[in-house]
Amino acid sequence: MRHIISVLLENEAGALSRVAGLFSARGYNIESLTVAPTDDPTLSRMTLVTNGSEEIIEQIKKQLHKLIDTVKLLDLTEGPHIEREMMLIKVRAVQAGREELKRLTDIFRAKIIDVTETSYVVELTGTSHKLDAFIQAVPEGLIVEVVRSGPTGIARGDKGLTL
Amino acid sequence: MELSGAEIVVQTLIDEGVEYVFGYPGGAVLHTYDALFKQDKVKHILVRHEQAATHAADGYARATGRCGVALVTSGPGATNAVTGIATAYMDSIPMVILSGQVPTPVIGSDAFQEVDTVGITRPCVKHNYLVKDVRDLALTIRKAFYIATSGRPGPVLVDIPKDVTDPRIKVPYQYPKDIKLRSYNPAQKGHLGQIKKAVDVLLRAKRPVIYSGGGVILGEASQALRDLVERTGFPITSTLMGLGAFPMTDPRFLGMLGMHGTYEANMAMHETDVLIAIGARFDDRVTGKIEHFCPHATIIHVDVDPSSISKNVRVDIPIVGPVGSVLADMGRLLKEHRQGPDTAALADWWRQIDEWRGRKCLAYDRNSLLIKPQYAVETLYKVTGGNLYLTSDVGQHQMFAAQFYPFDEPRRWINSGGLGTMGFGLPAAMGVQLAFPDATVACVSGEASILMCIQEMATCKQYDLPIKVVLLNNGYMGMVRQWQEFFYESRYSHSYVDALPDFVKLTESFGHVGMRVENPGDLEGAMREAFAMKDRFVFLDVVVDPAENVYPMIEAGKGHHEMHLSPERELA
Repeated sequence: MRHIISVLLENEAGALSRVAGLFSARGYNIESLTVAPTDDPTLSRMTLVTNGSEEIIEQIKKQLHKLIDTVKLLDLTEGPHIEREMMLIKVRAVQAGREELKRLTDIFRAKIIDVTETSYVVELTGTSHKLDAFIQAVPEGLIVEVVRSGPTGIARGDKGLTL
Repeated sequence: MELSGAEIVVQTLIDEGVEYVFGYPGGAVLHTYDALFKQDKVKHILVRHEQAATHAADGYARATGRCGVALVTSGPGATNAVTGIATAYMDSIPMVILSGQVPTPVIGSDAFQEVDTVGITRPCVKHNYLVKDVRDLALTIRKAFYIATSGRPGPVLVDIPKDVTDPRIKVPYQYPKDIKLRSYNPAQKGHLGQIKKAVDVLLRAKRPVIYSGGGVILGEASQALRDLVERTGFPITSTLMGLGAFPMTDPRFLGMLGMHGTYEANMAMHETDVLIAIGARFDDRVTGKIEHFCPHATIIHVDVDPSSISKNVRVDIPIVGPVGSVLADMGRLLKEHRQGPDTAALADWWRQIDEWRGRKCLAYDRNSLLIKPQYAVETLYKVTGGNLYLTSDVGQHQMFAAQFYPFDEPRRWINSGGLGTMGFGLPAAMGVQLAFPDATVACVSGEASILMCIQEMATCKQYDLPIKVVLLNNGYMGMVRQWQEFFYESRYSHSYVDALPDFVKLTESFGHVGMRVENPGDLEGAMREAFAMKDRFVFLDVVVDPAENVYPMIEAGKGHHEMHLSPERELA
């Protein structure tokens, strides 16, 4: 099953490679990984998307926790949560295609943020499924480039993953 | 007090109470070596290869329970140390490794003797640091010692660029006494509810087994373990790493379990209804095929590291905490409990175990005209009376020592279990001998293993270390040859050690005493002679039966009940 794991890490050099190394050394799957400092500059927040059996996910969480740089950890998929990923997609937009892509952008509540005579750059935010759906909907052969941030997430409710 | 980085390195070691640093100088650590030269509190032991520095620090740590310390230079100094670091990591040995690094301005420029030490060692350390500012140095080294020695111990490396140790740059120094890390809080106590649950299950057990591991020794919990056996009367088996935590001469001890464990220990594992694993990690050499592991058992697991629990084998009652404190709580609850162990069921269980013992799975040919390696280890026990620190290399001799030398105390049996590092034994013995100058220290080895760190005979000469090497010389990489005999139709591909040196002459050339024995009748006398030379390093080259195999044996991927006994025993 797919799990989204949030990790609060000490914002130290090498913390990211410790996590990445752990996944490759132990043969765990990693779908995506995003990391950036938080409002507290000594802490980074990482969001990992991984999949595996319940036993494997349990081990992943324990092994992540064992890293000396890991302060706290939360498996978002264990409770109600919000997941968001951002995508920038460059599409070829000429003649009739221009109108169609504009309509598609509106339907997905995306934004066109760059325009040339032959192309658009579309910005879209949502769950990974929504981004997949947009890519599916773009007529074949028009995609020039896709950039995805990888999902980030936060738990619903008033509790936070903080110190 | 204002100190330079180099002086801080030395002063932190003094403040940590470090007795010995095992190291080898080089360009990037010259400032630190200069600071070492100017004091006499921390003693530096010059090894002949950085692998030996880490093994010696490791041996010191295993024998004393204190943190081992190694000091190496950048580049090859650090890479040579990696094997010893990985060895310590696999067996959870507390160690701090200080490595030199090229100066910070040239890091990343492929400078002379530059290597990404933090990157290379990351997967085989508990944690590591690169210190870029001399003002962080003292605190970082303090953290390194704290992390290495607390929780589940392990090696911690501190990489120190040369400019950080610059003798001209002095900063205020104060060694931080107390240390707290918000991201690292090892368990201090086990959950009482879980311990209570375990006690209830233990007292209902009909066929219980205690499976004890190296964690009992690391956690200084030998006495608590003995109390548990005393209170329950349960049979106990141990992993290779746990030998000596419980007296091996005690009748309640079933012998080692696993691939080369005893018939009774492995059969008891297969038939047990309640297994309590204490400071053990369900290694594949112990479990055999997971699907066949303890098929009838409710499993209790006590470990300080949560990630050890349910990693390989699903556990029913996990208890996370230091084994000593958990066993103390368990002992108290057992004492307070209204009901005691099921003595009638236990009596039946012991009858069954004695029947398995009757197979005499460790029997070997005592009439052989050749020296049997088993006989050599038995003779070693006879000659030393069990009063010995024994280090080992890796292979058949290691298994024979584990099977035939009964250790009654913890920290006496010192070997590389997890990583299985050939070359470990001799340098590890140096660390042990330095820690206990008056103790008898021996290294049991094979002619293949010993050559991997043979240069350390020079270190033994320099520091007058009266170690006794007992070489079980069969002319083969014995364990490799055994597997080739069993699984590759006796095609002995490159397991024959051709062109061996004359070990007697070799030893003599290092300034030590060399001896060679070829006949069983001469062995005991020779060994007595060797051990009588209290102040000399003696290398005893014992020519043993080249065809002997280690039994019992569970083939990789088989269950505990699918053991092979020796051909003679199988027929019996």
